Amino acid sequence: MKLPIRVILTAVVAGAALAACATRPTKPPAAEAAPQAAPQAQDNGGKYTVDSLDSDSCLRQRVVYFDFDKSEIKPEFQAQIACHAAYLRQFPGARATLEGNADERGTREYNLGLGERRGNAVDSAIAAAGASASQLNVVSYGEERPVCKEHNEGCWQKNRRVEIVYTAKQ
Amino acid sequence: MTQRIFAKIFAALVLMLTVVGAVAQGLSGDVPTIDIKNGTASATPIAVIPFAFEGAGLPPDTDVAAVIGNDLNRCGQFRTLPKSDIVEYPTRGSQIKFPTWNLLKQAYILVGRQIENPGGDIRVEFELYDVAKQQQLLALAITGQRTGLRDVAHQIADLVYEKITGVRGAFWTRIAYITSTGTGNNIQYALMVADSDGYNPQTVVRSREPLLSPAWSPDGAKLAYVSFERGNSSIYMQEIATGAREVVSARKGINGAPAFSPDGRKLALTLSFAGHPNIYSMELADHQITQLTRGYAIDTEPRWMPDGQTIVFTSDRSGKPQLYQISASGGAATRITFQGDYNANASIAWDGKHIAMVQGNGNVYRIAVLDKTTGDSKPISVGNLDDHPSYAPNGSMLLYTATEGPRDVLYAVSANGRVRQRLVLADGDVREPAWSPYRQRGQ
Repeated sequence: MKLPIRVILTAVVAGAALAACATRPTKPPAAEAAPQAAPQAQDNGGKYTVDSLDSDSCLRQRVVYFDFDKSEIKPEFQAQIACHAAYLRQFPGARATLEGNADERGTREYNLGLGERRGNAVDSAIAAAGASASQLNVVSYGEERPVCKEHNEGCWQKNRRVEIVYTAKQ
Repeated sequence: MTQRIFAKIFAALVLMLTVVGAVAQGLSGDVPTIDIKNGTASATPIAVIPFAFEGAGLPPDTDVAAVIGNDLNRCGQFRTLPKSDIVEYPTRGSQIKFPTWNLLKQAYILVGRQIENPGGDIRVEFELYDVAKQQQLLALAITGQRTGLRDVAHQIADLVYEKITGVRGAFWTRIAYITSTGTGNNIQYALMVADSDGYNPQTVVRSREPLLSPAWSPDGAKLAYVSFERGNSSIYMQEIATGAREVVSARKGINGAPAFSPDGRKLALTLSFAGHPNIYSMELADHQITQLTRGYAIDTEPRWMPDGQTIVFTSDRSGKPQLYQISASGGAATRITFQGDYNANASIAWDGKHIAMVQGNGNVYRIAVLDKTTGDSKPISVGNLDDHPSYAPNGSMLLYTATEGPRDVLYAVSANGRVRQRLVLADGDVREPAWSPYRQRGQ
């Protein structure tokens, strides 16, 4: 069982995170839990509890930011990807929606595609780190849900993001 | 001399009445603010004389001549004589003193009168003259209800436009657009329909979740659009008159960018349920879909060429988004834009030769028109974040969205780019304009 050096990397993530503006209030309806999924800790040595989503400094990081017109996950977000993958692996009944977003530049429909591409990149990375594909769902909002509405790079970089939203915790 | 002074006093009186009328309209709250950005010296000069009212009751609220004049100015091909320069007020051809209008360098003059019918309807009679030839070009009448005189005025503007330019007018049409008002938890989105000059806005649908990409059916009776009200993007189709609507596609992933085929039987759309956004064609009779594009790129914003045989769409298969075309039955795609870093969101003119699009260079996004014959493109907007061009059905004008400060607003621009007019239709953001097809009577 390989675990990342979480402490150091979490500090990097916390520094890089730009969650200055309020996040979106409304959430899509909770996904149905797969009937066979047992809401118990399985592997990972029971490292996390359900409360870890609120208390663990890595799991509390739920936003992955991207460069302009890019969907590659930057190295500073690898730790965040890994801890969410570990949580999902430990709780097979847990479900997360990956909400992809783009900044306002470019057309709205193209940005729907770009948001989805970013959501898919996070989906693939979390799945590659051990979560089951059935635990993840990608939704793109394109440029429709900005967290910041000014027309400059300082604002745009906050909007180019994927939000990891848990719809079932266990 | 006395006559001249009398005319001036009369002009001042008319002007005062007009100002009072404008203030009264402004208070009603749903009247768009209209702002002409720049005029054009090469436009054809035309005098549109205020139409007299001949009846016992109160004159109608609508200033028919002003509506016609605004239409003609907005399209960029005409320049109406400012009200302050109108010195005589003929209301029928026999009263026109041609030397006056020759002196004022007017090419055409439109006169008319509104006659109250016994039932209360208004019969609007109008005559168009060529000033230099002193020749009557039109002498017609349109009857409408008092409340429908803006429609009558737009139809007169269409007839005048067609008589002089030889091209069918498109003022008596409608526009669809999206508004969003409020912030945070209280954002409210709406799909609206209004007259082509922004008056008479009506709500088609409201939502707490984003709405985008309205598209007209070719008969003008329905709109397809994208709504997030189910959590994910879904495509709806709605009848404007009744409000009846159906979900056309709510697959996993993106359901976006609907576009009716010219015959109204198919909908081109973007779907990503198979993994990546690709262009599909849906038979509206049975909702069967056919995949037209393949691959890992973002393919979106399909638009039909007027002949219904070819679809133009946006794809980033070569890196950045560019426009491509593909047969409406699928096959290989051909790239059609080569100027600019970023070309997307096509609107195709009725002739199939001019394609308006969003052209991005660095951080600046403007509306440009591609001449498909030469491959050259020319910008026709001046903003930094302009989006979503939509041609009028006769290709004479376009609507687009501009971001100005914190707001999205609509602009109407003449196809030659010379006249831009901001339409301030509502508080909050106004965007995603879609110009309707020609209207038929009864719609």
